[in-house]
Formats: sequence, structure tokens, C-alpha cells
Amino acid sequence: MLEESEDMILKTRTLLDYYKNAKTKGVIEDADIISKDENISCGDEVKIYIKLDEDRKVREAKFTGHGCIISQASAAMLTEMIKGKSVEELSKMDKKELLDAIGVPLGPVRIKCALLSFKVMKKGVLEYIAKKV
Amino acid sequence: MLNVEQIRKDFPILNRLVNGKKLIYFDNAATTQKPRQVINAIKEFYEKYNANIHRSIHTLGEESTKLYEKAHKKVADFIKAKNWREIIFVRNSTEAINLVMYSWAINNLKTGDEIVLTIMEHHSNIVPWQYLQRKGVKLKFVDINENGTLKMRDFEKLVTDKTKLVAVTHVSNVLGTINPVKEIGKIAHDRGALLLVDGAQSIPRMKIDVRDIDADFYVFSGHKMLGPTGIGVLYAKAEILESMEPFLMGGGMIKSVYTDNFTWNELPWKFEAGTPNIAGAVGLSAAIDYINGVGVDNIFRHERRLTEYTLEAIREVENVKIFGPLDTKNRTGVISFNYKGLHPHDVSMFLDQLAGIAIRSGHHCAQLLMRRLGLVATSRASYYIYNTIEEIDIFIKTLKKLREMI
Repeated sequence: MLEESEDMILKTRTLLDYYKNAKTKGVIEDADIISKDENISCGDEVKIYIKLDEDRKVREAKFTGHGCIISQASAAMLTEMIKGKSVEELSKMDKKELLDAIGVPLGPVRIKCALLSFKVMKKGVLEYIAKKV
Repeated sequence: MLNVEQIRKDFPILNRLVNGKKLIYFDNAATTQKPRQVINAIKEFYEKYNANIHRSIHTLGEESTKLYEKAHKKVADFIKAKNWREIIFVRNSTEAINLVMYSWAINNLKTGDEIVLTIMEHHSNIVPWQYLQRKGVKLKFVDINENGTLKMRDFEKLVTDKTKLVAVTHVSNVLGTINPVKEIGKIAHDRGALLLVDGAQSIPRMKIDVRDIDADFYVFSGHKMLGPTGIGVLYAKAEILESMEPFLMGGGMIKSVYTDNFTWNELPWKFEAGTPNIAGAVGLSAAIDYINGVGVDNIFRHERRLTEYTLEAIREVENVKIFGPLDTKNRTGVISFNYKGLHPHDVSMFLDQLAGIAIRSGHHCAQLLMRRLGLVATSRASYYIYNTIEEIDIFIKTLKKLREMI
């Protein structure tokens, strides 16, 4: 029980590091995809910017926003994770990939925080694909 | 004084470990834990008396009917109602308010009529009334002062001849403010309006006398006062209940049924259609016995002591801002706060992970109040009879540790 708790605190510390020192925080001025959403009930907000290369793969992804550690750290992780992936791959990406990376067990309330960035990314990608077809 | 150590022995859940630490349960405004006496009463009901009520002419049927009626009487005595028939069992406060809306308001209010509420109401005492806006009923909101008390002069201004109902919470679930409901009731009655009091946060910790308050409607939930979930109470004056039409139709609420009509049953059954939560009523009854045994005044004093201690100790914690009255004269043991630089959800998570402390975070179903305070969410610790000064020390110590997290 105690070890489990320590492991969780360790994982939380990783999240905290992403939260405080997100390498992908910022704006991409000439982004191909810009998407934004918020969780009204907790006030979390995430905006994702994606710049694609000529093969429609993610050259760079960044995010801005504010809110709880989970929502912001997950945005930081996600924008790192999707680098190099094609928009088609992103459109099929499973949320489990992001949840596994977060690693901390999340209850029904916090899972919404964790998946806010994922939802924002999906929305942007699907809109982009719909527009280009 | 409460014998807290003795009381704690009655609550099996307090032995639970959370993240390797002994559970510290500070989420009592959301729901309280249940003493063995309540758990056993429910168990005993199912093991010895279980039968449907009112109709079965066999021993179990008669015993369960008696127990269910007795629960109404127990509640009536507890809140000093004139007659036990004024006690309607529902699922919770929310359902009680909905009952008043569907059975009384919808039939009695018309375009141009007004309802006066306060900005500190729980959504359960706002949203049902918003349903009447489609009928042209106007809602008006009383504001709060900087210290989290109601602006009493707003009542004088907002309650007019057009006002048909003043619906107000007895105690704020966010700020802990105790509202002067008796005084508010006078203003309402002077102008011909009825008074509905949301007692969800007051009944677990304050002596309630519905006739002294002169409440026309008083609602509360069992689960916030040591009882089980799924049982709540609507109290209303008998003459008002007699004039109201039920909004749930079916078995139990009728006297006789013909192909083209039916006649209503007597109070309170008229409003309790279908097989009710009999075991829940038995559990609530046991909860009232428990509270009476401890003494409501003792509970109030105990919470005040914990609150005073917290308000003093928390001043030493940097980055913490408290909302609500800073003195304990007119407040209960609900402490809403924010930690600068940390989202309330994160504060909750860290307290849970580091020390097994359960607090609430979010908008607490009071978005109007949150907006009024310029916030999206707060953290909230709320106390009850089994909480101790030692637990608060751990809470304060853990809050101090959060500095390292940001």
C-alpha cells in the first residue's frame, strides 16, 4: 500500500515537471491546425497549435492554456507525443496512449482534465481533414 | 463536549487507509459517514422486517408499515413539526424542491409573478425555479456582502407584492454562512409570499424548529446527517400540502380508483407514490436517534471549536485565501479556500495522496456564487462530529508542504 502510494507520488512529480517546465508551451504563428476547448466546470483551458510538413506529418506542436496540473501536463505530454505522426494517424489515435503516458490512475472527474488536450487535438485534426477533402 | 474518541468507534469507515494513511474525512458537506447504528438498523430491517407497506395484512407487512410511519413521526419531532403528516419522504433535497415546484409553484404562479432567491444557493434551489421562467415567472437574486453574509436590505428591495416565494438556504454549502431565515421569512410573509428553506446544511448541526422559523417548506437530505443516501424530506404546512396536487401518480397515493377518476390518499401518502425507500426511512430514523443521543448543540459547538482552530492555524499557511465569514459567530464548519498557484483539483489530489485527506474541490454546485466571487472553483474542507484537532494539524501541515509542489 505504501509503495503504491510512493509510486503514485513519483508519477505525480513527473506530471508536475511537465506542468512547470513544459517544453512545448507556446504559440505557432503559422500553424496549420489551431484548436481550443475548455472544461467549464473546473476552468481548464487548452489551445493546441500544429504545424505540418509536406507529408502532412506533425513537424511541431505547441499548446497554451491554464488550469490544473493534470490538464496542462497532459497537453504538454500530448504535444510532445504527436510529433512525427501524420494527421491520419492522429485521427485514429486512441486516448489510451495518452492515459498510459500520464500513468496516474484517474477518477471520473479528473479523467476529463486529462483528456481535454486529447479532445482539442482530435477536434482540430478532424476539422483539418474535413476541410482538405 | 463530545466524546469524539468514543464517537469515532461508531464509524467503521474511519479505520480505512487511503494511500497508506488513516482516512481523514473532511467532505462532510457533501455527505457524512454512517455510524454502525445506522448501518445495523438497515441491515436489521432487511433481515427481520422486510415487507411492502400499507397493504399486506401479515405480521411483516404490519411491522414494516409501523416502522415507516414511525420514521415520519421521528422526523416530525426532530424538526418540531405540528403533525407527522406534514413530513413527506423523498429521495433528497433536490427532489423535495422539485416536488414544490411541480406540485405547488407550477399551479399557483403565473406570468409576472416573482421568486426571490439568493446568489449563494445550491443549483438544486435555482435550476427547478428556472424551469418556471418559460411561464413568465421572474427570478431575482439577493447579493452577498464582502464577508459572505446576505445583503439583508436586498430582501427589503426585491421582495414585493409580485413575489410569491422566497427560497433561501439556511446555511451556505460553500461559505458556511448561517442565514437569518426567520427574519427573511417575516419579510416574505409581510408581502404575502411563502418561504422555502433549504436545510440540507443546517439540519445535521443546528436545532431546527420549523414552526419557530415559520417555514412554509423546509427540505433536507438524510445522507448529510448520518443517514443513508436516497432518503430526504419535504416538510410543508398541512394546509399548503392539502391544497397541492401530487406530481407523481400511481400506487400508494390514491384512496380509490375508478375507470374515469380517482381520489387522493391522505397526507403524507398523497405525495409518496410507489413503494418508497422503507429501509432508507428506517436508516434515517436511526440517524436521528444517533444525533439526539449526541446532542445537536454539542455537534454545533464541536464544529465551532474545529472551525475556530482552523481559521487561526491556517493563517500561518502562506498562499491560502479563505472565503466566507472570518468569525465563527454565524458560520458552520465549512471552510472554502484557494491555494495561490494551485488549482483546487490539484490541492485535493495532493492532500489525498500525501495524507489521505478527503476534501472537496470544484464549484460545489454553486456556480452563481463562484462567479460572484470571481472564481471558477474552491477547495472546501467541511467538518462533522468525528473530526479532531489532530486531523486539522495534519491538514495544516500538509497544506504547508504544498509549497514545495509549485
